[in-house]
Amino acid sequence: MSTLYLNKPESHELTLKDFPYIINWRDDRCKRCGNCTAVCPMRAIEASVRLERKVVSEGELPEPKVIAKVVSIVKQVDDIERYCNGCATCSLVCPNNAIEPVYNPQHKFLHYINAHGEAYKRGGRRNDPSLSTLDRIKFTRISMLTDPALDAGRHEFRVRTLLGRILPPEELPLKVENGKLVVDRSSGKFIPPVREIFPIIIGSMSVGALSPPMWEGLAMGIAYLNEVEKIPVLMCSGEGGVPPRLLKSRYIKYFILQIASGYFGWDEIIHAIPEMVEDPAAIEIKYGQGAKPGDGGLLPAEKVIDMIAQIRGVPKGVDLASPPTHQTKYSIEEAVAKMIQSMSMAFGFRVPVYPKISGTRTARAVLNNLARNPYAAALYIDGEDGGTGAAYNVSLDKMGHPIASNLRECYLDLVKQGKQNELPLIAAGGVGKTGHLAANAAALIMLGASAVAIGKYIMQAAAGCLGDEYNRCNICNTGKCPRGITTQDPRLWRRLDADRVAERVVEVFKAAETELKKIFAPMGRSTELPIGMSDGISIDDKEMAERLQISYVC
Amino acid sequence: MCRLAAVTSKEYENPYSVVCALETMKEGHDGSGMGLLLKFLGGEFEELKQYPALSGIASKNGVEMLDEYMAKQGFKLVHAWSPKIRKVKGVQERDYYFTRFYDYPNWLKDASHDEKIHYLMRTRVELRKLGQKDESLIVFSFYPDVIMLKEVGDPLEVAEFFSLDEGYLKAKIILAQGRQNTNYSINLYACHPFFIEGYSTMTNGENTAFVPIREFLMSRNYPGYIGYDSDSEVFTHILHYMHKILGYPLYYYKDVITPLKPEEADKRDDAQALHLMRYSLRRLCIDGPNCVIGVLPDGYTFMVQDSKKLRPGVVGGYPGRYGLMSEVCGLDRLIPDRDRSKDYYPMRYDMIIVLPNAEGILHWDQKRGSFIEERAAVV
Repeated sequence: MSTLYLNKPESHELTLKDFPYIINWRDDRCKRCGNCTAVCPMRAIEASVRLERKVVSEGELPEPKVIAKVVSIVKQVDDIERYCNGCATCSLVCPNNAIEPVYNPQHKFLHYINAHGEAYKRGGRRNDPSLSTLDRIKFTRISMLTDPALDAGRHEFRVRTLLGRILPPEELPLKVENGKLVVDRSSGKFIPPVREIFPIIIGSMSVGALSPPMWEGLAMGIAYLNEVEKIPVLMCSGEGGVPPRLLKSRYIKYFILQIASGYFGWDEIIHAIPEMVEDPAAIEIKYGQGAKPGDGGLLPAEKVIDMIAQIRGVPKGVDLASPPTHQTKYSIEEAVAKMIQSMSMAFGFRVPVYPKISGTRTARAVLNNLARNPYAAALYIDGEDGGTGAAYNVSLDKMGHPIASNLRECYLDLVKQGKQNELPLIAAGGVGKTGHLAANAAALIMLGASAVAIGKYIMQAAAGCLGDEYNRCNICNTGKCPRGITTQDPRLWRRLDADRVAERVVEVFKAAETELKKIFAPMGRSTELPIGMSDGISIDDKEMAERLQISYVC
Repeated sequence: MCRLAAVTSKEYENPYSVVCALETMKEGHDGSGMGLLLKFLGGEFEELKQYPALSGIASKNGVEMLDEYMAKQGFKLVHAWSPKIRKVKGVQERDYYFTRFYDYPNWLKDASHDEKIHYLMRTRVELRKLGQKDESLIVFSFYPDVIMLKEVGDPLEVAEFFSLDEGYLKAKIILAQGRQNTNYSINLYACHPFFIEGYSTMTNGENTAFVPIREFLMSRNYPGYIGYDSDSEVFTHILHYMHKILGYPLYYYKDVITPLKPEEADKRDDAQALHLMRYSLRRLCIDGPNCVIGVLPDGYTFMVQDSKKLRPGVVGGYPGRYGLMSEVCGLDRLIPDRDRSKDYYPMRYDMIIVLPNAEGILHWDQKRGSFIEERAAVV
């Protein structure tokens, strides 16, 4: 039909001003090597030609004449399905700095991206670049003369936390024998397993969602941190099993195994239990995810290659959608308790088992249920700024609860019950969003978290993930990650060096430990993690201060 | 920094000499108040040992309220005592300083010792609540054979205000604290020593872990775990909690407030218990720098501090008389005739316990989890 209006502007044609990123290509610098067009994961730019009208004068005297010349150019396409996502891989490969995407704040991307009636799906986290609550929290209780500040570089520090159910002191099976406290074995009291860990955990990202070098790099980094640096950092497997060789190695003790509603990989894990030489650090039962509350995991078919299919125990090349909820779940009182019990039993009650939920106004209901379940080892709350490999944009942008107030109300609820030391809270969702990893972690700890988890941050810091809150890149769901982080295409993941990822993981955690000390030292804390030390923090907004029950400063 | 001075003796001691020891440690402006605890009383109180003594300060209205409440509870007044007040510039006199000795209500007479003590504490807490709003009634302790005096002002002036230099007040155990107010408002309830059911402590140094510790203690729902006008009050309640509620021996106080690192705890033969304690009592870890001097209901006194306390307190003396001071000059003033080579400066792993009647000293080594024998042999 459009051929009827060949010479008229097409009403439904988009202008580049509608697109989120506009390519700035410099004719004078471009040598037409074609690297940029070859590398673009969106095919948003292409080689093209253009007829140029030029006025030239070639003789000694001015004798202007008009010539027409066909020149080759790099052109941004105006097809919404091939939008420029701002990843700037083109700039990375350009030898002459001739091309770069520029963010267009006037874009109408969301108006058009739902072509064919398909709701927009993407990876990444909530597209909100404003300053988060965590980043507005300041550490204001500085020791100086009333209590000498500590030297972060020289003083003895212990930046560790506990993962696992802690018995209340009144229930400890201890008795005095010859003046010494001894464990009273005759009491038959169940002593839950507890791990002493670094308070920042690498959150759940699965084999499958991540490329082989990315997952391997993280795993190697974790092993090095534990074995060489003696910093007990844990990493969660995500839903999707664990490579069999790792499962049966002694390094599995540094991993938290996640079971989610698809149970991917668990047939393999259960069958491997008799051959496992170490227990995993913990079991995480995923009921929800901050990035996409109410949705299950999704691994698109193109990412389910042979190796992934084997690890997960599924056919290759099919979409692996986990249901929104566990199919066995009837109620929290019954089914969640049973699931915690079953997983505890599978590992001989030697492994902490805890659920992960998305941030929600109903978090306290879950919390109170777990508080009464002596086998629940923790509660992991994933706030709205958490990331994902694939989700509907509407879920990412609009669903979920900010972590700060959700965590705080849960912590204060535990305080009211006197159980604040019994059920550790793990907080996640937007930790390190603006790069302030240690500060965000410390803020959450002082609000009441026993530990925090990171995902997006470590992809950015350790592997150069390009995604940001201006919807840059965020195509993890397509399997075309230009960095090779969230892809199963060997042509893409070969760009990523697992050793370099591991190196960066180690650097990130060593630096984070130093920064945590730099925060805790002037506050006079070194021996115990200052969990719930809410008098140490303040915020520059009265209503936020009131909600979080911390002081207001300006 | 707050100044701490304590004496434990088989003979009766004059609290004024302890305040004088406190005075030698004065380094600057120090007018936030003084608190005194006298235990095992002498003089006119020797005959009253079986009666619980309620110490406090009241306005005229407060006294009426007190009488009315105590009568309602069935307490019968046996003896009312007030310190001799001498006008001193710098100390503002209040209406009525008192220690009142009561006989137990009839229904409580056959109760066990613990039940009685618990009821006394609950009564004190109720009286505190009654008088808190208009400060018409302030109560410090309600316990047999114990008197507490507190007032705002320079410690020496406060001692003169109470005419302690006249020597009319005697006790075998005396704890005195000169308060150097730092973070919190000047308030008599913030003045050390703190007291609960026969347990008392005083502390110097700021407690940076105050809020999580306070939250933990308050959430135990024990009626006496209230107040916290000072960040140091938690030390008394931690002692009470671990010793009375949990039933741990006194020397585990060190393991509660300053737990060993896991690798250090592994080397002790009670390692398993230590690990469990470290997990479950994690919120009571003090994170210093603090020096704590305390007394138990049966007359054991002790000093303990954490590794951040760069200048340790000192315990010294001889069998029959020991002083526990935050600084050695205080000890030199109080017990100049001691053998200074036998002074104890408790370091990060030490806890010094003085036996009742000052019979001797026990030196607990937290790292080894035992008493140091050669030192124990000395006493």
